[in-house]
Amino acid sequence: MSGILMRASNVTAVYAADTGKDVPAVDNVTLEVPDGQIVGLAGESGCGKSTLGNALAMIANPPLYVVAGKLEISDTEIDLSTLAKGANEVHRGHRGATASLLPQGAMNAISPTLRIRDLVVDVMRAHKRDTTKAEALDRATDRLKMLEMPTRVLDSYSHQLSGGMKQRMVTVISTLLNPQLLIADEPTSALDVSSQKALIEMLLAMVEAKIMRGVIFITHDLPVLSMVTDRLAIMYAGKIVEDGPTEELVNNARHPYTSALLSSVLDPTEETRTKHVLGIPGSPPNLGNPPSGCRFHPRCKFAMPACKLEEPAFLHEGEHEVACWWAMEHLNETVPMEVNQA
Amino acid sequence: MSDPKSLDPGAIPPAGSPVLAASHVTKQFRVSGGHITAVDDVSVEFHAGKVLAVVGESGSGKSTLARMLLRLMPVTSGTITYLGKDVTNIRGAELRAYWRDVQAVFQDPFASFNQFFTVGHMLRRGMGAAGLSAETLDELIETCLGYVGLKPADAVHKYPHQLSGGQRQRVMIARALMMNPKVLLADEATSMLDASLRVSALNVLQHLRENLGLTVLFITHDIGQACYLADEVVVMEHGLVVEQGTTDAVIFDPKNAYTKRLLADVPDLKGSLKSRKLD
Repeated sequence: MSGILMRASNVTAVYAADTGKDVPAVDNVTLEVPDGQIVGLAGESGCGKSTLGNALAMIANPPLYVVAGKLEISDTEIDLSTLAKGANEVHRGHRGATASLLPQGAMNAISPTLRIRDLVVDVMRAHKRDTTKAEALDRATDRLKMLEMPTRVLDSYSHQLSGGMKQRMVTVISTLLNPQLLIADEPTSALDVSSQKALIEMLLAMVEAKIMRGVIFITHDLPVLSMVTDRLAIMYAGKIVEDGPTEELVNNARHPYTSALLSSVLDPTEETRTKHVLGIPGSPPNLGNPPSGCRFHPRCKFAMPACKLEEPAFLHEGEHEVACWWAMEHLNETVPMEVNQA
Repeated sequence: MSDPKSLDPGAIPPAGSPVLAASHVTKQFRVSGGHITAVDDVSVEFHAGKVLAVVGESGSGKSTLARMLLRLMPVTSGTITYLGKDVTNIRGAELRAYWRDVQAVFQDPFASFNQFFTVGHMLRRGMGAAGLSAETLDELIETCLGYVGLKPADAVHKYPHQLSGGQRQRVMIARALMMNPKVLLADEATSMLDASLRVSALNVLQHLRENLGLTVLFITHDIGQACYLADEVVVMEHGLVVEQGTTDAVIFDPKNAYTKRLLADVPDLKGSLKSRKLD
C-alpha cells in the first residue's frame, strides 16, 4: 500500500427489501484514496454514493447490510462483511478514529438546547469514556486556533451560528479524534457559495496540517469537486464507471455518463445564457433489477450492441480508469460534450 | 414534454406589463434588546412572462422578501401591489383569491407531501373547494402534469416515496399550476436536486414562461442557475438590494463589489483547477 492511505476492495452493500429480494445499492466497488489526497465521489441522486460512504465508515444500520468487502487503511485490514453479522463492536473502535463520517445534514443534528462545547464533550466521551471536560475543550480550542477560527463559537448555541459556521464546526468536531480518513457526505450542499468556499479552504488546511491523511468528498456538485479534489470517481447505479485525476477527468471525460454530468453543470458564463441543456434522458435504473451489460446503456447516446450484452471491464489509461465499451473502441478520445445539449 | 392545453388566455397579463411589485418594503423582527432588519427598503417589480431571479447568500433576506410577497408574513412598512392593486393588507376572500393567483414551490418537495396519500389524492384534495366534477378534475390534473412533462400514469397512483426527487418537484409545480396562477414563486426549488434533475426542473420553468406566459420569481443562491433561466437578476445583501438589472448586465458586467465577490466565489469547473490552493 505504498502511497495509498485507503483501499476498499469489492465492497457490496445491500438494502433488505420487504419483497425478500435484497437491493444492491453498492455493487462490487473498489476505491483507493492516496495518502494526503482528497478523492471526490460524484453521481446522480440514488447512485449509491452515500451508501458507499456509510460502508467505508463502518456504519451499516438495517435495512443496510454490507455483505462483502475489505477495507485497508494504513496497516489495518478490516473485513467489512462482518458488519452484517452483528460484529459492530469490532468496528466501534475504528469509527471516528480510523474513518470518520460527516453525514448529510450533520449541521442540523446539533441539539438546539446545548452549546457547541457540550457537543464536543459528548463526541469525545462517546469514543473515550474517561475524557474530562477540560481535555475535550482544550483539544477543540487548540484545533480552532490551528484553523484560525474563533474559539467563542464553542460557547454558542446552534441557532446563534450561520449555516456555514455550523457546517465548519461539525466538520471540526468530527475530526477531533484525528481520523486517518474523513468521509464528508454532501458537506457543502446546503451552503451558499461564500460558505462553500470557507468550508473548502478549511478542509484543505486540515489536510495540509495532517489532521487527517485523506478525505472522500461526496457530492453531486462537480464544480465544487473540481475545486477541492485531487481525484474523482464517478458512480452510476451502484458501480464506479470512471475514476481518475480530477483535472484529467474533467477535461477528458471517457465515459458518456461523466460527459453528460459535466454538460449539466450551469456556470455563470455567456455560453450558459445561450445553450439549452436537456439533462440526462430517462431515469436511473431500479437497482433491484438493473439493466444487463453496462447499466447506463438505456440512457446512453453512444450505446452499441455490446453494451447491452456484457458488463465492460475497466480500461486503464495511465491513472485514468473507465468501464465503457465506447471508450474501448475510441482509445484516448474524449466523449463529445454536446451529448447533453440541444 | 407534452404539448399542454392552454389556460384561460384572458387571465394572463400582457407580456412585459408589471404584475407584482414590492415598493419600499421593510421587514423587522423583534429580538431581545431591539430589532433586526431582515429586508430593508426593497423595491422590485415583476413583469409578465419574465423570470426574475433573486440571488444572495444565506441570510440576505431573499426568503423573507418572498414570504412577504406571498402574504404569508406581514410587512413592517412598504406596499405590495398586484396588477395595480395594493394587496399589502387584504384579507378574507380577497386574500384567498390572491393566493390562487400567486403560487409557490419550496425547496423540499417531500416535506410538502403527505406520505400516506397518493399524488392523485393530494392533487384532487387541493382542488376540493373548487367544486369541480371528477371528470373535470382528472382532465385538469392531466393537463397540469402535461405542463411539467409527466403523464398521469407516471404519478397519480404513486406515493411520494415512489417518485424521484425531480418528479416530486415537478408534481409540486403541477399542483401550483392547477390553480391557474399568474405568478409562480420558486424558493430554492431546485437546490436539493442533482445537476441533471435540476436542469430538467429549470427547463420546466422555462417552458411555462414561454408557453403560458407565467411570471416566475426564482430565488436561489446558485448564480449559474440564475444565469441559465432568468431575464432579470436582483442581488441582495443583508436585507438590501445592492444591484439589479438584466441578467447579462448583472452577471457579466457587475457594478457592485458584493456582486463581484459573489461571482468570484462561484466554483468554476475548469478555472479552479489552475489554483489548487484558493486565493
